[in-house]
Amino acid sequence: MPALELRGIVKTFGGLRANDGVDLVVQWGEVHALLGENGAGKSTLMNVVYGLQSPDAGEIVYDGQPVVIRRPEDAIRRGIGMVHQHFMLIPPLTVAENVVLGHESARGGMMDLTAAGQMVSELSHRYGLEVDPRARVRDLSVGLQQRVEILKALYRGARLLILDEPTAVLTPQEIDRLFEIVSNLKAEGKAVIFITHKLAEVMRIADQITVMRRGKVVATTTPAESSPPDLARLMVGRPVLLRVEKGPAHPGDVLLEVEALKVEDDLHHPAVEGVDLQVRAGEILGVAGVEGNGQRELVEAIVGLRPAKGRVTIAGRDMSHATTHRRLKDLSHIPADRQQMGVILDMSIADNLVLPDFDRPPFAHWLIRALDSIRAFAARIIKEYDIRAERPEQRTGSLSGGNQQKVVVARELATDPKILIAAQPTRGVDVGSIEFIHRRIVEQRDRGLAVLLVSSELDEVLSLSDRVAVIYRGQIAAVLEGEAIDREHIGLLMAGAA
Amino acid sequence: MNEFLQRADLVGLAAATLLASTPLVLAALGGVMSERSGVVNIALEGIMLTGAFMGYVAALATHNLWFGVGVAILSGALIAGLHAVLAIEFLVDQIVSGTVINILAVGITGVYYRTFIQQQNVAGPGTLPVWKIPFLANLPVLGPIFFQNQFVTYAMVVLVVCVHLLLFRSVWGLRTRACGEHPLAAETAGISVRFMRYGNVMLSGALGGLGGAYFSLQQVGNFLPNMTGGKGFIALAAMIFGKWTPFGAFLASLLFAASDALGSRLQFYGINIPYQITSTLPYVLTIIVVAGAVGRAIAPAAVGRPYKKS
Repeated sequence: MPALELRGIVKTFGGLRANDGVDLVVQWGEVHALLGENGAGKSTLMNVVYGLQSPDAGEIVYDGQPVVIRRPEDAIRRGIGMVHQHFMLIPPLTVAENVVLGHESARGGMMDLTAAGQMVSELSHRYGLEVDPRARVRDLSVGLQQRVEILKALYRGARLLILDEPTAVLTPQEIDRLFEIVSNLKAEGKAVIFITHKLAEVMRIADQITVMRRGKVVATTTPAESSPPDLARLMVGRPVLLRVEKGPAHPGDVLLEVEALKVEDDLHHPAVEGVDLQVRAGEILGVAGVEGNGQRELVEAIVGLRPAKGRVTIAGRDMSHATTHRRLKDLSHIPADRQQMGVILDMSIADNLVLPDFDRPPFAHWLIRALDSIRAFAARIIKEYDIRAERPEQRTGSLSGGNQQKVVVARELATDPKILIAAQPTRGVDVGSIEFIHRRIVEQRDRGLAVLLVSSELDEVLSLSDRVAVIYRGQIAAVLEGEAIDREHIGLLMAGAA
Repeated sequence: MNEFLQRADLVGLAAATLLASTPLVLAALGGVMSERSGVVNIALEGIMLTGAFMGYVAALATHNLWFGVGVAILSGALIAGLHAVLAIEFLVDQIVSGTVINILAVGITGVYYRTFIQQQNVAGPGTLPVWKIPFLANLPVLGPIFFQNQFVTYAMVVLVVCVHLLLFRSVWGLRTRACGEHPLAAETAGISVRFMRYGNVMLSGALGGLGGAYFSLQQVGNFLPNMTGGKGFIALAAMIFGKWTPFGAFLASLLFAASDALGSRLQFYGINIPYQITSTLPYVLTIIVVAGAVGRAIAPAAVGRPYKKS
């Protein structure tokens, strides 16, 4: 009897059919990979199974019984657990408190934390999920936080475990540990649904693979019967280049230099502690690191959005105390958070594209905006960057994530900058757009652009960078070049272990 | 020196401080529970005023002060329920909905004061009796400060401990804190954020309502328009200064109350400052403390943000 059977699940958001008649069968004791691009409907489908969203149509059969799951509680009660991509943990609470939350052992309404701690230790030992029950979650590494999430699901008696993009924020070593844990769960006869868009992981861990595209299941297969290029083609709907094609770099003068940079985070704790970096014309320096190790603060300090101590030299000039406006003369910035900092969602595509120069010719004459030249410029860029839009006046928020990101990339490259700071340039972007954005960045590098690439996707850093700097706890652990760029070694550096 | 100490009457000052802190602490405890669940409650001023008024009216009508206290608590919870409905159900900005309650309370109690209370020349219900705890009341120093008080003050001291246990030791408290820090996480753990927020906002109102009873039933024995005089806002400052913890809020309230008690005694000490100036002391202190504490104190992460299930 299958663990889970979905029949004809439909879920629409406005006009968008996120799930369009999805069928899925998952067996006990199997790792079932759900593969698809961002926006393919994988997370929506699993949210339906977990009761976070209610389906418009379709049937859920769990362990042979047709079930209706309206709320997460219903799912939990039946033994369905979910580890979300963005962890559902409460940072100020302890591990034990987080694990038992919602299902507390109590006497007369008062918490029995000793019992909770014991339960957590017991589960930890059984599945190899070592973590201190009394530690506060906010003090744990991302890998440990994920263990807490898995513990939480097991504590609630999960037999079917849904893991939503579980490797996105892990170092390679943490991924190995996670895969061991998943194998343990499988050996106990539990069913695991593994949501991902990473092909290599699917080949490694999955027993069954279901590929989704635009809300529909396009294939069900196994690692033995398929290959990464096949799966990529199924995901995207056309053949894709999985590798970035680029020639050797021809570095020129140092265009961006950061010396002894010290930056604080929002809570005034030190986030960047004495960073030195040099980026030359015509090279891509990749900054690898687990998110939250000071990348955001580093980028914001270079762009001038955050006060910092130390020296920032842009195109030969000391800009340590310059305003962001002045720095942006030679520098372009693709911010990590597209929706907050990259584009103004409520404004048109055209207005977003001219943001850096909206107040000067050719886009404005004194106080009057030159709408014709704005429109012409926007139309040209939309074509050049293959932004899938109906017209330049369209609201930017109505575009897909990938196309929004193309708007940002196009705008930042259109000003002919000397330096590009690209933070998470392909986050939440479909494979087709990733390929496009990567190609553009490499093209500009070949024309002499100095690129500082900051990404928590190790694959992205490895495939694009000419040199790799590894950041750990606000410091550069190492800068690697050529043969020294080794995946395992970088993984250890990212975890502070080398 | 000895003579100065006698004149300074430190024991009297301490007793007056505890007394004056009563409504501050109660409202601040209410603020703690509400904000820990994720709902800003600037309506505490209006909630206390409502409690003061309804409690007085009920006591007047029934000639039973205890019935009045009960009605004060209940009416506080109910008007806080209105805040909860606006903030949770209709996703109204919580500052706006709190302000609505404050204005509503001033308006309604003011109108009925004039049409109902002022017109009636009946004898008031009096004030809650002073309970001297046997033996303990006769202790030197401690006796007059802690064991010769009225009901609301005793209740306040007990509630500080109760709210602390509720917040940090009970299941309800754990769930409350979860809702205030990360409501989506709480929801995925099977907790109804909506239920927890309603419960805590109304609990906050009940505490505020009891704080209101202090004014009309314990201190004055009458209702006067706007008699809470901004104490609900000072209580919020105490809550922030106390870092959203019951004991912190208690100590911060004592600080504000001490400045209040001191202000009214300065002249007594022979220091000649006009009382108009000395009575501004707690308010000035509030501004200084809030200016210094805000930004440093870390609020519950999701406080003030409406949560709606998708």
